[in-house]
Amino acid sequence: MESKVTHPIKGEGKINKMMALNLLMAAIGVYLWWTVYRVLPMLSKWLTYKLLPIQEGSHLGSSVEFFLYDTPKVMMLLFLVVFGVGIIRSFFTPEKTRAFLSGKSEFVGNILAALLGIITPFCSCSAVPLFIGFVTTGVPLGVTFSFLISAPMVNEIALGLLYGLLGWKVAAIYMGTGLFIAISAGWVIGRLKLEGHIEDWVTQTNAASINLEEEKLSWNDRIIYGWDAVKEIIGKVWIYVILGIAVGAGIHGFVPEGVMASIMGKGSWWSVPLSVIIGIPMYSNAAGIIPVVEALLGKGAALGTVLAFMMSVIALSLPEMVILRKVLKPRLIAVFVGVVASGILIVGYLFNMII
Amino acid sequence: MEIKVLGPGCAKCKKTEQLVQEVIKETGVDATVEKVSDMMQIASYGVFGTPSVIVDGEVKCTGKVPKKEDIKKWLGK
Repeated sequence: MESKVTHPIKGEGKINKMMALNLLMAAIGVYLWWTVYRVLPMLSKWLTYKLLPIQEGSHLGSSVEFFLYDTPKVMMLLFLVVFGVGIIRSFFTPEKTRAFLSGKSEFVGNILAALLGIITPFCSCSAVPLFIGFVTTGVPLGVTFSFLISAPMVNEIALGLLYGLLGWKVAAIYMGTGLFIAISAGWVIGRLKLEGHIEDWVTQTNAASINLEEEKLSWNDRIIYGWDAVKEIIGKVWIYVILGIAVGAGIHGFVPEGVMASIMGKGSWWSVPLSVIIGIPMYSNAAGIIPVVEALLGKGAALGTVLAFMMSVIALSLPEMVILRKVLKPRLIAVFVGVVASGILIVGYLFNMII
Repeated sequence: MEIKVLGPGCAKCKKTEQLVQEVIKETGVDATVEKVSDMMQIASYGVFGTPSVIVDGEVKCTGKVPKKEDIKKWLGK
């Protein structure tokens, strides 16, 4: 593209043409996507039992079929969801979210922060500057935490995969309970008045307030933004997805039916806290853990226990705590972990009780 | 010209620094590039996301890898 447009009318025509081309490509893409998606079950069966010398009904066959079906399925779903949400995200920036949240009252602020956490572009490597930016410019501590809990936990990758693999009900339950934990944990942290447990240098930082020129994005730019998001996110998570599906496939094929019912079933009260504890040192993202969850559910694990496990893996991770330690004193980190873990426990028990 | 690339060292930050260096080489602009990875210093610029690019004390972009054309523009080329 030319950087300097000397003839504005000519330049505009060019942009319109490009946009038409992009839209046409998107339409063809969606059609191809749908066609391939529909033949995946047949294709994976054929690959497993006709192309590979594997016997139908064997443990290995059931594992391989699971892997060959889920891998392209998950990748295709991720592709679509990340692209769509990428376009939505091009309307939001952390700066706008902060401006919107600053000065909001606590309870309303917690709700808004948790909701904005879903759609604001966020990367855990920016958690520290974002935290400082929020708390030094008038966003209450508890509201900041609502955002920091919701952003990694309730995101498009988790929701898209849950919807695709486990149906809309589980996706809705996850979103509802994830938001509930982000809102209530943030609110509790705010009530505890722990502002004194932020590292001193943070509050002494005289963060310059900056005025970034707001970019005007055309629809064409937003399509490119969505496409960039696809390249970036898929490029980062594909390995987790494949590992997760491989573990899921192993469970699917080789773990006997009903074994999980005794370990992760409703009957054992200790399974929920145990899942949370096991989940903390495990570091994976939603894309890697959901195929495992799918396989566990298929073997008789209870939904509440599995939800608790999944939330603990995603929302409470050791690497994130190491990063947050730079801005939070140990006691505030302990409170953060404690409050979020309690929220997850409540969700786990609740779902084991009602479903 | 004084250019600072802010970032704790993630892949995107390295990519940004590399792009800035490339543009300087290509255009021959007289500029120094400094990589800032200290959290306290990053925070003091008031940016919310990394990587960020600062040219002569002015924040030019935050939270994403800039395009080459944009970097050229910031350097006055």
